[in-house]
Amino acid sequence: MKKLLLGNEALAQGAIDAGLSGVYAYPGTPSTEITEYIQKSKIAQELNIHSAWSVNEKTAMEAALGMSYAGKKSMVVMKHVGLNVAADVFMNMSVSGINGGLVVVVADDPSMHSSQNEQDSRYYGKFAMIPILEPSNQQECYDITKYAFELSENLGLPVLIRLVTRLSHSRAGVATGERIVQNNIHLPKIATQFQLIPMHARGRYQHLVDLQPDMLEISENSDFNTFYDGANKSIGIIASGIAYNYLMENFEDGKCPYPVLKISQYPLPKEPIKQLFDTCEKILILEDGYPFIEEAISDFLGENRKVIGRLSGDIPRVGELNPDNIANALGFDIVINDNLPKVVLGRPPQLCVGCGHNDLFNAINALKNESASQQVFGDIGCSALGVLSPYESINTLIEMGSSITMAKGAADAGIHPAIAVIGDSTFTHSGMTGLLDAIIENTPITVIISDNSAIAMTGAQDSAASGRLISICIGLGIEEDHLKIITPLHKNLQENIDIIREEINYKGVSVVIAQRPCVQLPKEKKDKLKEYTNVSIN
Amino acid sequence: MHTKTNIILAGVGGQGILTIAAILDTAALDNHLNVKQSEVHGMSQRGGAVQSHVRISDQPIYSDLIPQGKADIIISVEPMELLRYLPYLKKDGYLITDSNPFENINNYPELETLYNEIKSHKNHILIDAMKIAKDLGNSKATNVVLLGAASSLIPLSDESFQKAIATLFERKGERIVAKNLEAYFKGREIAAEIVS
Repeated sequence: MKKLLLGNEALAQGAIDAGLSGVYAYPGTPSTEITEYIQKSKIAQELNIHSAWSVNEKTAMEAALGMSYAGKKSMVVMKHVGLNVAADVFMNMSVSGINGGLVVVVADDPSMHSSQNEQDSRYYGKFAMIPILEPSNQQECYDITKYAFELSENLGLPVLIRLVTRLSHSRAGVATGERIVQNNIHLPKIATQFQLIPMHARGRYQHLVDLQPDMLEISENSDFNTFYDGANKSIGIIASGIAYNYLMENFEDGKCPYPVLKISQYPLPKEPIKQLFDTCEKILILEDGYPFIEEAISDFLGENRKVIGRLSGDIPRVGELNPDNIANALGFDIVINDNLPKVVLGRPPQLCVGCGHNDLFNAINALKNESASQQVFGDIGCSALGVLSPYESINTLIEMGSSITMAKGAADAGIHPAIAVIGDSTFTHSGMTGLLDAIIENTPITVIISDNSAIAMTGAQDSAASGRLISICIGLGIEEDHLKIITPLHKNLQENIDIIREEINYKGVSVVIAQRPCVQLPKEKKDKLKEYTNVSIN
Repeated sequence: MHTKTNIILAGVGGQGILTIAAILDTAALDNHLNVKQSEVHGMSQRGGAVQSHVRISDQPIYSDLIPQGKADIIISVEPMELLRYLPYLKKDGYLITDSNPFENINNYPELETLYNEIKSHKNHILIDAMKIAKDLGNSKATNVVLLGAASSLIPLSDESFQKAIATLFERKGERIVAKNLEAYFKGREIAAEIVS
């Protein structure tokens, strides 16, 4: 009997069945359910598979590498922008290589449903010169993950699996197979493999370069790259990952008259692409995300354009694919209708009723009325909703942790008041080091940590900051006189305004922790938090 | 004749459209049909517009997303959200919605204007599902009333819907199962009156 699983869940089950010993991750849409599935899995618990959340994607990937070093199979999971945070270890572990199988799973978010960009992780895979797998459906999510661990151990390299939102968050029936036993501890055979001082790193890098022809051969023979011939050679189609589904949707009973190369494994297989070039008049590239394949195989000047896709304008350059924009590119007579009745208005996301961020923004807005020069630097998470109406409290929102450091730079430039607003989990993810920068120079900024004791936006997962914020700030060197705790409630509005104003007026760095648990937290968790909030500064 | 149905479920984050999706999925699997069902996680779940595409077929289903103009039914737990997905509706497709607005934006349109727009479509079922659910003693079952109202338009047996509801609410006890079955029956009954 097939199980009805999200793409994310199918991938997680595939990892468990591949003999996984540990998953490391920081929550991020659309990747979160992968780790949550393993956390909730009974069999994963019996097998003692590590699945606790990490503080950020970098620490997660390094821990996964440590488990691989010990000889066991590990997986690290994140959303696309998380790979930017983990890029240092990602680039270097492709040089060192791995010991136990190591699979990096990155879920991209074309159309930016819950993200600030739509970067395409395939470029990272190519940059690191490692194999990339891109499942097209839920069954492939399962199958490809099992295969990824095998491929990783065969090559001695990490393998990247790239997902997109629509596959991560769509369910279908999935048939599962046998579970492979976990590895025992076994240390690397070559003692110098993980010692990347230049004299060893050069050898490892040469080894990575030497593996490239093997990787190409494996990709050309992979069952996940399939060529389907077609009688009509006016167009040859290359469809990668989920794009293949949208393509086939356009043909009754899945009968496409054109030759189609379905790609789910990279490096790009040369042989079948050459066959398409030799036999077809034009090549249409369908890929969700950036024009990665199109760039790789187009002629540079575009003068002899035989390849069409996003760069040629046949497919929109930005946003996700769907059956309709592909129908357009195939020349079908369809009109994409984006017109809605006038009565339909936008309904953007907003803070929950009873959310503490709401009362914090009200206090910040009152201070804005006192000082027009006030600039508020925001951060990722639910508190980012302070950008929108009715608050419009936040001036900037770039990436995890940037609130504190951007406030610092702006203060260095002469902006005052410079206020940073950051959630508790975002603070431990990427804010602590920035605060240290500000402490070292005693930069006049006011850092407000809006502490709801949860990773709220992704579903109220446990925050690494819970019960630790005060000691972290004091440990970093915040003066106790300029570390204030407030409770963002309507009845405390005036008191909170006064406290924040006092810290704004202080010519140095101060931290205000606004503590109120996320309304999405279950009661047991809220009760447990009371133990933390009762701790006084002294 | 192939079985093939495309359904869009619409609402606001937190209104429980995924319960309807789960009942449809379970009933379809029980009928040995293929299912694909996309859903929304993340930012929009915080009070934003959310939708789920449910596709049921005895043939392989390729796309996780329903193409424009190919939805047989749009079921919405909120009247404005219903209209957001009109470009996806088939020419003779059905609109089914609760009449109660979820007003979390300050310029929410006049209800009459919304209702008139809905009524301008030949095939529509506009009902106060929330009141029906409340009268049955379970206001949380609004979504199941709407599913009941849609059920006769979906090529899955009445029995398989009942079985799926019983399976999905089993954890919450017999009383909740019974309440949801009542909600389903009532929705089915009211729709039969409207459609006939």
